[in-house]
Amino acid sequence: MKMTDPETTMPAATASQEVMRAEGLSVALPIDGRMVPVVTDVSFGVSRGEAVALVGESGCGKSMTASAIIGLPPRGAQVTGRLIVNGREVLGLSPRQRRKLCGNEIGFIFQEPMTALHPTLRIGRQMTDTICHNLGLSRRAATERAVEILDTVGIPRPRAILQGYVHQLSGGMRQRVMIALALSCEPSLVIADEPTTALDVTIQAQVLDLMERMRKEFDLGMLFITHDLEVVRDFCDRAVVMYSGDVVERGSAAGVTRAPAHPYTRGLIEAVPGETTDRLVPIPGSVPQIGAWPEGCRFAPRCARADAKCRTHPPLDAENPTAVRCWHPLEEIA
Amino acid sequence: MLRYLGKRFLLILPTIFVPLIMVFLLLRLSPGDPAGMMLGDQATADQIAALREQLGLDRPLHVQFLIWLKGIVTLDLGQSIFFREPVMEIIPRYAGVTILLTLVALTLAVLIGVAMGVISALNRNNPIDRGVVTTAVLGISVPEFWFALLLIFLFSVTLRWFPVSGYTPPSAGLIAWGTTIFLPALALGVRQSALMTRMMRSSMLDVLDEPYITTARAQGLPERTVLGRYAMRTASIPVVTVAGLSAGYMLGGVVAIEIIFSLPGLGRLLVEAVARRDYPVVEGGVLTIALVLAVLNLLIDVLYAILDPRIRYK
Repeated sequence: MKMTDPETTMPAATASQEVMRAEGLSVALPIDGRMVPVVTDVSFGVSRGEAVALVGESGCGKSMTASAIIGLPPRGAQVTGRLIVNGREVLGLSPRQRRKLCGNEIGFIFQEPMTALHPTLRIGRQMTDTICHNLGLSRRAATERAVEILDTVGIPRPRAILQGYVHQLSGGMRQRVMIALALSCEPSLVIADEPTTALDVTIQAQVLDLMERMRKEFDLGMLFITHDLEVVRDFCDRAVVMYSGDVVERGSAAGVTRAPAHPYTRGLIEAVPGETTDRLVPIPGSVPQIGAWPEGCRFAPRCARADAKCRTHPPLDAENPTAVRCWHPLEEIA
Repeated sequence: MLRYLGKRFLLILPTIFVPLIMVFLLLRLSPGDPAGMMLGDQATADQIAALREQLGLDRPLHVQFLIWLKGIVTLDLGQSIFFREPVMEIIPRYAGVTILLTLVALTLAVLIGVAMGVISALNRNNPIDRGVVTTAVLGISVPEFWFALLLIFLFSVTLRWFPVSGYTPPSAGLIAWGTTIFLPALALGVRQSALMTRMMRSSMLDVLDEPYITTARAQGLPERTVLGRYAMRTASIPVVTVAGLSAGYMLGGVVAIEIIFSLPGLGRLLVEAVARRDYPVVEGGVLTIALVLAVLNLLIDVLYAILDPRIRYK
């Protein structure tokens, strides 16, 4: 993996360039007949050409946040707050209008391309269906467009690939096809949900490099859903850390991974061997169950710095791009 | 693809051979002697023995079986003991009705099953879904012959929309044929359509949770394309499997249906032939049914390979 200089990747976001902004985004799911919050008051933005990481453990709500942004949350989910895509509030749109954003304005790269691509439709069919529908091209023109984009993502003999099926491709090729599909209708925002988790380590770096190249080439806003702090540090500009449905810390990727302000972020970093010491330091306790979050700060029961004040839920500065939801942060926020 | 088809085609041979051995042995192990039945009560032992010799029934079982197998290979299924004409001439007169009846019943079952299953899945757990599922359970529980009688009572006796019984061949007019084949086909297909409804429903529900459906939606494809092309394409595969099994059940159920509706088909011919101990006709009839089933299953395997490319390349 290559390193990028933290100084050059500091956030340079202004509101006008923003392709997506979530404000107070919350998601509740029906569990046993009542609505249980799974994501609460999430606020962050993604600008053109910028890679933002949404970091956290399984079950912290990062994937749920992503599915709320693309407009495909689980059945019965209730999404509230504000969600602005390319300057337009989209939560109030009808399902049909909302679907029009998919592909055209937001591309989605899934974790496991083997199951995310259709098993019995040719790759070409899946790509041209999307291109024909979204861009209004003829089947023939859509095929040319598909060949072009497959070529761009580095797939050799793209015409042959279009005739094939997903099970005939290698893991890396599958993810390249997935990326090509997500980019095929020129979205301005691409959401990648753990795009390299299912891949071999050697292929992971290639795919990450490809995504960075695409981001620069098409000036894309990218939202990386990940639990891999190395990916955050090396490939992202800014990071949003989530814990139990809350955004606990927000800041530059370099700042968050080098000098975390939230005890949970520090815990995450220390849990990776070789980051600060050669030993793996686990976070005590375990992630609280959805629907059984503690009152006040949700991390307090596992936090060494917790005191009486932590029984009140700490606020997060909505204005400042660098903010921490903690009464006792580790570093002073500049 | 060609290798796959070749392999499937070769599999027809054992599929047919096993029922042939079984029917051959069953007939000869069951009590009742065709010679005795043909000659009546007054026949002497000598007369019966002479006829048995003439029919070849005095030979050892394996010799009889080999002679019969040789006949099949040379397309000579022997002479009917009752009709006194070649079986190869009798069977085609009856087989057409049975094959048409089975095909129409299978088509009805698939159409009803797929439509109901999809409607049910898209209305998961609401009253429409519950209504369809309850009806399907009822449909599975109802025996064909009883449902046939209900249909006759409602549509033929009370409403007088269809004839009570009898058969008009398609050559005499498609509409006339349709009115005589519709009720029998519905009666024959109802259980299978209920099974297919349940299969289609669960298969559709499974597929709707698949990640590639989410991908199709995330690509911005409209819901009708997502359901009609992306979901149906995979959800219909298990239904094709069930259709193959259904064809087998139907070819069995066809006996009762043909008798109730007085259709001149293989099922009725078989029952009568068994009663007359007309071995060659029974054997020829079973061979035909096994052959029809094998061909139907071959077609289904081909359809399978078209629907699911992963099968072709294995």
